[in-house]
Amino acid sequence: MARTAVLGRLNWQLGNVAELVQETPRVASLVLDVPEWQGHLAGQHVDVRLTADDGYQAERSYSIASAPEDPRLAITVERLDDGEVSPYLVGEVRKGDKIELRGPIGGYFVWRGGDDRPLLLVAGGSGIVPLMAMIRHRSAGKSTTPTRLLYSSRSEDDIIYKAELGALAAVGDGLTVAHCLTRMQPPGWRGYARRIDRAMLEEVAWPKAQNPIIFVCGPTPMVEAVAGHLVDMSFDAASIKTERFGPTGG
Amino acid sequence: MSFISRGFRGKRRDTASSSRVPPGQYVVNDFPVLSAGPTPRVALPEWTFVVEGEIDEPKKWTWEEFRKLPVEEVTKDIHCVTKWTKLDTAWKGVSVDTILEGLETAAEFVMAFSYGGYTTNLPLEDVTGGKAWVAYEFDGQPLHPEHGGPARLLVPHLYFWKSAKWVRGLRLLKQDQPGFWESNGYNMYGDPWREQRYWGD
Repeated sequence: MARTAVLGRLNWQLGNVAELVQETPRVASLVLDVPEWQGHLAGQHVDVRLTADDGYQAERSYSIASAPEDPRLAITVERLDDGEVSPYLVGEVRKGDKIELRGPIGGYFVWRGGDDRPLLLVAGGSGIVPLMAMIRHRSAGKSTTPTRLLYSSRSEDDIIYKAELGALAAVGDGLTVAHCLTRMQPPGWRGYARRIDRAMLEEVAWPKAQNPIIFVCGPTPMVEAVAGHLVDMSFDAASIKTERFGPTGG
Repeated sequence: MSFISRGFRGKRRDTASSSRVPPGQYVVNDFPVLSAGPTPRVALPEWTFVVEGEIDEPKKWTWEEFRKLPVEEVTKDIHCVTKWTKLDTAWKGVSVDTILEGLETAAEFVMAFSYGGYTTNLPLEDVTGGKAWVAYEFDGQPLHPEHGGPARLLVPHLYFWKSAKWVRGLRLLKQDQPGFWESNGYNMYGDPWREQRYWGD
């Protein structure tokens, strides 16, 4: 069992919004200075708590997008129009605001690096966020762990971290990125143009003999389907780590 | 509390149900799914449920035998540590009291264990006295695999990770041991009303 980085009680602390990055029309990254941050592992998340002036509070969990090596903590949030917290984080929050949070949380869906096994990362939509922390960790640590990312988005405009992923894949240190666009493809699109299916996974995945570590994150139906295909392809179920988010949230 | 999130109003709830929502939770109407790996496939002819550990003889039921145990129908609010709460969920299954009936044990804790390798620990007194069930129907339908079918533990007064999906048995223990999430940063007990989400809460 993986040992967690979480040791004592996780206290609420304040982070200063140092930067806001609009990643797509619906998704933004909040880059925070958190003076008392104790560090994290790639794949972990934080709880965010908002407090109204009458004391009313709302909490949600968000995956950490930044590498452990990054001095600032970044979360990437998709705005859900009928949500409660995400429309505040993506729309209301400005540079210089403070955000209350605690973490890091979760000791299973994490990648530490320093491992010979290749990585297979499969993301749907904002499910890319914890996987991006792994990719950034890999890059920051000068790791050459062979890594393949298969990333499904609705359209080209919905691809989060598109430029950064392109740049990291161009380094030539063992990272490849395959995009699929499920709803709309630009003219001349050369990537996949359908939902992730078994044939696609068979093209992208490492041979079973290489014993990859597999992380899958996205909406529940996508994660269920992908994890099921991978089991059918005889990958070891214990090597397939999943994280899911349902249609609700906020 | 001193910190105020500038410009945050929030969506207020109706007060009728707000007393049923633990701190830090929000109400959902659908049924989100959370699990750490692929959904295990369990064929009913192979399914068994066992009680083992601190007892003289382990007890074991096949699916057919288990379905002959007295059935209870319960409607409960459930609370996931990822912040969602679902009110008035309707379940059908077997009370853990029924499963443990007549057993002599010195155990004070149980480890629920599942197909796929999941485990979670609970005090014995939290799964007895009408507080826990092994449920195989949700909302009048056989429990869907992604929600833990064929059968899952249902311990609605604790965070829902304690309600082990795909449960295949209970191990009776004299001493408490951390299960899967409890080894990965989550609270040993998990009372939503005391917001015991993580280690040290």
